[in-house]
Amino acid sequence: MSAPRAFGVVVAAALAVVLAFLALPMAALFVHTSPGRLAASLGDPAALDALSLSLRTSGVALAVIVLVGTPAAYLLATRSFRGRTLALTLVELPIVLPPAAAGIALLAAFGPNGVLGGAISDAGIQLVLETAGVVVALTFVSAPFYVRGAAAAFAAVDPELLEASRTLGAGPAATFARVAIPQAAGGIAAALALAWGRALGEFGATLLFAGSVRGVTQTAPLAIFAFLSTDLDAAVALAAVLLAASAAILLGVKLLAASALGGGPAPSR
Amino acid sequence: MTLDVRLQAPLRSFELELELDAGAAGPLGLAGRSGAGKSTALRMIAGLLRPKHGVVRLDGETLLDTEARVDVPAERRGIGYLFQHGALFGHLSAWRNVAYGIRDGGRAARRRRAVELMERFGIERLADARPAELSGGERRRVALARAVAATPRALLLDEPLAALDPSTKGAAARELAAAIGAASVPTVIVSHDFAELAQLASGIAVLDRGRIVQSGSAAELAATPGSALVADLAGAVVLVGVVRSSPDGLTLIELEGGGVLRSSDPASGPVAASVYPWEIELEPADAEPRGSALNRLPAEVTSVTEIGGRARVGLAAPQPLAAEVTVASVRRLGLRPGARVVASWKATATRVVAR
Repeated sequence: MSAPRAFGVVVAAALAVVLAFLALPMAALFVHTSPGRLAASLGDPAALDALSLSLRTSGVALAVIVLVGTPAAYLLATRSFRGRTLALTLVELPIVLPPAAAGIALLAAFGPNGVLGGAISDAGIQLVLETAGVVVALTFVSAPFYVRGAAAAFAAVDPELLEASRTLGAGPAATFARVAIPQAAGGIAAALALAWGRALGEFGATLLFAGSVRGVTQTAPLAIFAFLSTDLDAAVALAAVLLAASAAILLGVKLLAASALGGGPAPSR
Repeated sequence: MTLDVRLQAPLRSFELELELDAGAAGPLGLAGRSGAGKSTALRMIAGLLRPKHGVVRLDGETLLDTEARVDVPAERRGIGYLFQHGALFGHLSAWRNVAYGIRDGGRAARRRRAVELMERFGIERLADARPAELSGGERRRVALARAVAATPRALLLDEPLAALDPSTKGAAARELAAAIGAASVPTVIVSHDFAELAQLASGIAVLDRGRIVQSGSAAELAATPGSALVADLAGAVVLVGVVRSSPDGLTLIELEGGGVLRSSDPASGPVAASVYPWEIELEPADAEPRGSALNRLPAEVTSVTEIGGRARVGLAAPQPLAAEVTVASVRRLGLRPGARVVASWKATATRVVAR
């Protein structure tokens, strides 16, 4: 066998191993669950509550992240300023923080006895054991994925395009909206999908910070854990549904971005 | 209508310090090697970069005055900028690129105006195409239409023809010159290609390490280059050496690497001698010297490049040379790489400047 051919076989085999290892557990979820059981689990109010709570809280968290994170990522990507590296590291830090540690950190900051606890309760806001707390936890753990990805997408935009926009009479805000965002849309969508997926799967930080109160803070991952001790089949069925929902969101976001770009990101020149 | 510019800014390895005045006299060319600070100067005029000290005035309106703390942002300067590679917005169709700078009117009106402009450049049929689907020449036209569409009060062109191959350059230059003429606003054109500026600009300033070393018309610069750099930019062959003695009223230059030249220009010390390729005659290596050419250097042909009816012949001598002869002469003399010839030219065609 020739060397190039051998290399081709090796990389193909590597990809096959990766795909099999990643796909097998996910496929097993569906093999383990009969379609009837899947349907029945969707009729279970506890499972439905958890699923709807997951979608609502992650949706709100992502809306907040996109609204605030997009301009922040643009600034990080296009300006050089003192402390920029520090800011970037700070943004990335929650990615490597164990979720349980993130939950403790959130309690220390926003919990009843936390740094800002007094101010928050004075403002009449209750986070711990409340749905708002879930949104805070999801935002904390998934925002870094979005901001990091969006910043990389903005950094990849040819600076000459932004300059061209300025010389054509568009101010910085118009240039951001009309050139930077459309040019970075593909990367932004990928970052959004990743962050959303992370939010849907969030477990540790939510449990420690917001608790696991059914209908209030018990998201789908927490419900799966709760079901484990009582009804394994229900746990597996809910896991399968969560997987399907996550896949749908990932795919939907990517398709939306592709159609908005008119059939995929076009070269900038 | 005039554009007055004074800039001073420390760059990485030298100081940018220049004064420009573009206006009624026609487009101003800014020539220089890459890294001389040409594009930086252009960006500062447009407001995309800020000099340490500087003044930019357009039609009497102050756009930048660092002393008076005036700095009008790029989007309100009304200065059009043509980027070297066009900088077209890939996510917008061609007409939307052109319409980007058109502020007035609704979508239909803006489209109408954009397509009108595209018609002027013969690209109206490409209105709905994406930049990725366009050829290099089409993209250049869309970029030009886009810059003009915003009705700028001045135009800055950064290496407008650099991306083109020689066969399309001539037509593109004529088209560009017509567009600049139609816009009739102060224009500054940056290029490393002197011939390009000779076609497009009415005056040329040569920039070297942030400073203007010589300015004048293309013909003036080519005829009396004040430095080896200007001679080189103007397309001359530049040979370096040292002046020895002038026995016969001529300047005698001993070339580095061997050989002797004579020039009618007075000079002393280390010098750069320049001669234009079309002044250099080629003869077979064994030909007897006849005629009035005092400078004769034996050389070996390294390349023959035909451009139209002319041919540029690269020569290996102690210092590399290039001669421009007709294609007929190439045939007659059997010029091909490896052929041995004698390059000759007159002392009066040899310009000498101090190094």
